[in-house]
Amino acid sequence: MNIYVLLKRTFDTEEKISISNGKIEDDGAEYIINPYDEYAVEEAINLRDAHGGEVTVVTVGEEDAEKQLRTALAMGADKSVLINTEDDLEEGDQFTTVRILEAYFKENEPDIILAGNVAIDEASGQVGPRLAERLDIPFVTTITDISIEGDTVSIERDVEGDVEKVETSLPLLVTCQQGLNEPRYPSLPGIMKAKKKPLEELEIDDLDLEEEDVETKTRTLEIFLPPEKQAGKILEGDADEQVKELVGLLKNESKVL
Amino acid sequence: MSKNILVIAEAKDGELRNVSFEAIALGKKLSEGGEVIATICGDGNLENYGEELIQYGADRVVTAVNPELKTYTPDGFTQAYKAVIDQENPDGIVMGHTSIGKDVTPKLASQLETGLISDVTEAEEGDDGFVFTRPIYSGKAFEKKIVTEGLTFVTIRPNNIASLEKDGSRSGDISSIDVDVQNIRTIIKEVIRKTSEGVDLSEAKVIVAGGRAVKSSEGFEPLQELADELGGAVGASRAACDAGYCDYSLQIGQTGKVVTPDLYIACGISGAIQHLAGMSNSKVIVAINKDPEATIFNIADYGLVGDIFEIVPKLTEEIRNMKVNS
Ligand SMILES: Cc1cc2nc3c(=O)[nH]c(=O)nc-3n(C[C@H](O)[C@H](O)[C@H](O)COP(=O)(O)OP(=O)(O)OC[C@H]3O[C@@H](n4cnc5c(N)ncnc54)[C@H](O)[C@@H]3O)c2cc1C
Ligand SMILES: Cc1cc2nc3c(=O)[nH]c(=O)nc-3n(C[C@H](O)[C@H](O)[C@H](O)COP(=O)(O)OP(=O)(O)OC[C@H]3O[C@@H](n4cnc5c(N)ncnc54)[C@H](O)[C@@H]3O)c2cc1C
Repeated sequence: MNIYVLLKRTFDTEEKISISNGKIEDDGAEYIINPYDEYAVEEAINLRDAHGGEVTVVTVGEEDAEKQLRTALAMGADKSVLINTEDDLEEGDQFTTVRILEAYFKENEPDIILAGNVAIDEASGQVGPRLAERLDIPFVTTITDISIEGDTVSIERDVEGDVEKVETSLPLLVTCQQGLNEPRYPSLPGIMKAKKKPLEELEIDDLDLEEEDVETKTRTLEIFLPPEKQAGKILEGDADEQVKELVGLLKNESKVL
Repeated sequence: MSKNILVIAEAKDGELRNVSFEAIALGKKLSEGGEVIATICGDGNLENYGEELIQYGADRVVTAVNPELKTYTPDGFTQAYKAVIDQENPDGIVMGHTSIGKDVTPKLASQLETGLISDVTEAEEGDDGFVFTRPIYSGKAFEKKIVTEGLTFVTIRPNNIASLEKDGSRSGDISSIDVDVQNIRTIIKEVIRKTSEGVDLSEAKVIVAGGRAVKSSEGFEPLQELADELGGAVGASRAACDAGYCDYSLQIGQTGKVVTPDLYIACGISGAIQHLAGMSNSKVIVAINKDPEATIFNIADYGLVGDIFEIVPKLTEEIRNMKVNS
């Protein structure tokens, strides 16, 4: 089976966010594989082990994303592809990324593409469904279980807390939700092996794309931090006094009761 | 310049979702005097929804009907909405950033080859059209975005944009189109209900959330009573879900639901950054924790240091008394 994973490199969830020159300050920030994409890598490896084939991890990004691709290879993926936009593009949005991925997949024949449900930075959740539409294949989002028999795929997905059982067929794109699996840590031999696994680097030119083809449809004007929260009020007294004061405050000061 | 805005409305358990009314309010703003057309699709009997959408500010409603639209599928609903879009040719589209909204809007946008600004919490008029604010980095920052080409297509986060006052005297045209739906490639076999019918977590105005301190599923009962008293919903930290005290459907945070209620009461939750990612933009935050050093107090408007099993029932009682006396 031709199994592909879409991987985005994101800030570590613990990172504090600050802004300099109108951009998110990334100097010294720790990066990780987007947590939902870790579920995708893990599931891809499991599907390969069960059905044979190869796992290819694809990212659209900059040189620095190599580290996260190596981690995915160390977990057990077979190949990785970095579509490097560093030299060609100044701007991008979801439309841009999907156009690039579309061009890449037009030259490959995926049986299944696994993406994250959402990336924890820009967090639009658009990339998976958008790409499936461009490739004219079905998609199922926020999956928590998947099994494949022949061309038939049985899936459980999380819909605002309820479980929906879905049947569909390959080729297919899915987006992964928490609960799908427990991503493995790369083992030491895995890390050693990963160094020798292929990491292909492409530019948009290699995909027969021009800058105009991937021009954005939206633009970010400004990034800002939420207003610093005033240190709250710790209520005094015993439980009865605290509760009385709280109800008074909720009613009269913040007016939510 | 006035514009025509299409609002894609949604119902759950036989009722229109609040976020659809909020979407109408935004649609009205974006239309600048133009027409707000609401649409809803299903397998029939959509007239009541139509009337309510008009009472909340839609000028006109177009329903899209086909037996295949009984339950949501990306293929089915996309075809229905596409038919409405082809008929109405709107300048903008607004939908809720709900489970269905997140699923269907990127597919539609991709088909229409337009941009899409997801999870919007605010919109204001700028020099080059409307400017949309949305949270990024799990609410640790915000960005302002504009559309540079094509349709203005946005989804809105529930509970952030105020809906218009319901006006029972409003009337408007409700028309219906029979849409052709074919080739649905994902078949829904079964839906296993895990959430209760009550108040939907993502749309709740009040949330009472329990953490590891709740200690058992019975431990959630006093929290549920408080939530019921406030007309709200119960949520949880991941630690409480991991420990099996409640279902994962209640989890709030980076890997759970993102909520912005008017009032969030955190009971025995330490305030880990991944939990804050799901609730820090709530309007008023109350924290109850026995540890005065707990990080949750840094973001709480009101902190109560003490035992949740003592404080929560007292709080329920006090609110009940307040209601009786007022
Ligand atoms: C030069 C350049 C500049 C850009 N600048 C911006 C910007 O300022 N603001 C902005 O919002 N976007 C920008 N983008 C696009 C951005 O890199 C993202 O790919 C895109 O915005 C989707 O991000 P998201 O967080 O919404 O992803 P989501 O749609 O939330 O991600 C869902 C899933 O899609 C997959 N995915 C998402 N992005 C990628 C990727 N890059 N490669 C492989 N898989 C992916 C992952 O599996 C992920 O879990 C830029 C792109 C380029 C090329
Ligand atoms: C990638 C990743 C994603 C994550 N996603 C999420 C997420 O989406 N949501 C989430 O919540 N977490 C998430 N977590 C987990 C998060 O880091 C914390 O472990 C979790 O939020 C802790 O839950 P808690 O506050 O209930 O438990 P604890 O941290 O154990 O806190 C319990 C608190 O209860 C107090 N307490 C104990 N007994 C009482 C009592 N009787 N009365 C009053 N107070 C009492 C204690 O003082 C303590 O502060 C994630 C972690 C990772 C690594």
